[in-house]
Amino acid sequence: MASIEFKKVTKSFGDSTVIEDLDLMIEDGKFTVLVGPSGCGKTTLLRMIAGLDPQTSGAVLIDGKDVSHTAPGQRGVALVFQNYAIYPTMSVRENIEFGLKNNKVSKEERKELVESISATVGLSDYLDRKPSTLSGGQRQRVALARAMVKKPAVFLMDEPLSNLDAKLRVHMRIELIELHKKLGSTFVYVTHDQVEAMSMADTIVLMNKGEIQQEASPDTIYREPNNLFTAQFVGVPPMNTAPLGKDGASFGFRPESAALTRSATDAWFQYKGVIMTREMLGSETIYHVKGDRYTFMIKCYEDLFAVDEPVYVGVPADKLFFFGADEKRIAKNAPGYQAYLDWLRRQVDE
Amino acid sequence: MNRRKIWETLRPYVMILPAMLAILCFVIYPVFYLLKLSFYKYNLLNKAKSKFVGVDNYEQLFAKDEFYTALTNTVWYTIATVSLTMLIALLLALWINQKKGKKINALLQAGIFTPHIISIVSIALVWMLLMDPNHGILNFLLKLVGLPPSKWLQSSSTSMMSVILVSIWHGVGYYALIILAALKSVPPTIYEAAALDNASRFKTFYKITLPMISPQLFFILIIMTIGSFKVFDTVRIMTGGGPNNSTSTLVYHIYEYRSNNLGYASATGIVLMVIIAILTFVYFRMLSKKIHYQ
Repeated sequence: MASIEFKKVTKSFGDSTVIEDLDLMIEDGKFTVLVGPSGCGKTTLLRMIAGLDPQTSGAVLIDGKDVSHTAPGQRGVALVFQNYAIYPTMSVRENIEFGLKNNKVSKEERKELVESISATVGLSDYLDRKPSTLSGGQRQRVALARAMVKKPAVFLMDEPLSNLDAKLRVHMRIELIELHKKLGSTFVYVTHDQVEAMSMADTIVLMNKGEIQQEASPDTIYREPNNLFTAQFVGVPPMNTAPLGKDGASFGFRPESAALTRSATDAWFQYKGVIMTREMLGSETIYHVKGDRYTFMIKCYEDLFAVDEPVYVGVPADKLFFFGADEKRIAKNAPGYQAYLDWLRRQVDE
Repeated sequence: MNRRKIWETLRPYVMILPAMLAILCFVIYPVFYLLKLSFYKYNLLNKAKSKFVGVDNYEQLFAKDEFYTALTNTVWYTIATVSLTMLIALLLALWINQKKGKKINALLQAGIFTPHIISIVSIALVWMLLMDPNHGILNFLLKLVGLPPSKWLQSSSTSMMSVILVSIWHGVGYYALIILAALKSVPPTIYEAAALDNASRFKTFYKITLPMISPQLFFILIIMTIGSFKVFDTVRIMTGGGPNNSTSTLVYHIYEYRSNNLGYASATGIVLMVIIAILTFVYFRMLSKKIHYQ
């Protein structure tokens, strides 16, 4: 069990600085997901915790101790790599016990640990096989078992599910949540997939261009995005946003907050458009509505409309978000909020 | 219909026929001809006077001290050349593969490979000059650092070592390049995983690097063993088998009898072939389980 803390951390590769003066506290025992588009620095952050690419300046603390000069193997962390990085020349058993051997764990204890861990992840029958004879899912389990067997205080995972097929990925997601519950250790998980982040995280750290955009629970991130980037990153499809036409501000609403109707209603924000495409996903349908000024994605739970049909998009006032020229969200009780709301209403009337 | 079926059956054989003909003419026939010659007392001037002598040539061969000298020399040469070349090539490759000093490493890489593109005859001649006991630069350097000078090629106690030295110098860059390519193909994440598994540098090398490059090392071992057993050019140019037969090798031994006793030379050739075949077989038997093919 350990918390992780970044203090004024900067990381540069040659001339390019990827992360500058970053402060972050990852709580003990929590499942924290670092998420963001590719190149946002999330993997860099993870590798700094592991000690594989130490920070250029600043300090990384694990459990309150500065580990800046501690070797990766001495930090009490385990990392599951995206490509698993299983030792191809060793059997599954050797893979799992390699770390234990290096840590001078006795033979009997090793045997016991390997057997109990492999039973946990369902690898008992494969212990003497070579990794090349295993399927993708099984290799993933080897990588997990290799990390688990060391009983690390911190579990680091670098997009571990990205090489699995969609079905297995959903299954492994649940297994990872259960694993976290069972072990209770600190999990730091890196992904670019916001669905993965939303489904597993206790805390999401959303990053872009080396900066933390928002650090909150999935719920908060979804309902109260800090800024335009967060709003546009999270959600399937993400929030509809468009320029407001005043002060450089923008407005936005979630695809499921809007109602589609065939005739005009008295919704606060109303917009007339034509359905361009229709994606029937089973329980929900996503319509792509295009008008003169805006294009919106609308999610409906009933499949009532057809392509090329003219429709009205209606959004109630309490579902509208406003973002200032600095892209920060304007809170509902902030001074400018009501003015923007009224402005948007007038826009529609014209 | 029937004709078509015949063609279906014949087609693969027709396809490989050109290659098989070439192999038949240039590999199989010469080997059997060599075998045939080894049972004859062959007369080069008058073929009609050649006569079948059975295993006479082989009896002669196994009774000759010179043959055993050549065999022992060849075995020593092979052991020393193969083990030292592999060791030095491996160390060089590990050195070049380091992340630090990329520019110097590129230069070094080009440098160590250069001997491979120079003709071995030129190399041998240049080294003979370097190794000259009186005017050579090597003795000059030895004296400079206060070491006793060596007689190099002109003494039977140091001649073999000198030939081995030149062979290693010639081959090491090429094999280092092969090992370097193998090292570069090891995914870096595996080393990172090892670092997180708290593996020491020695253990990482022994348990991860070495098994990962084992196919290439095995290939080099076999190719070099075969090549070293057939060593000829350096010996021919630098020492001519001397002094006092101290550098006479099997192929040089064959060469010496090329004109006055062709049957005997052929028998030696067959023995050499058998030795190499056995060695290769033994290698595969002993080591194939330790080689990790991906």
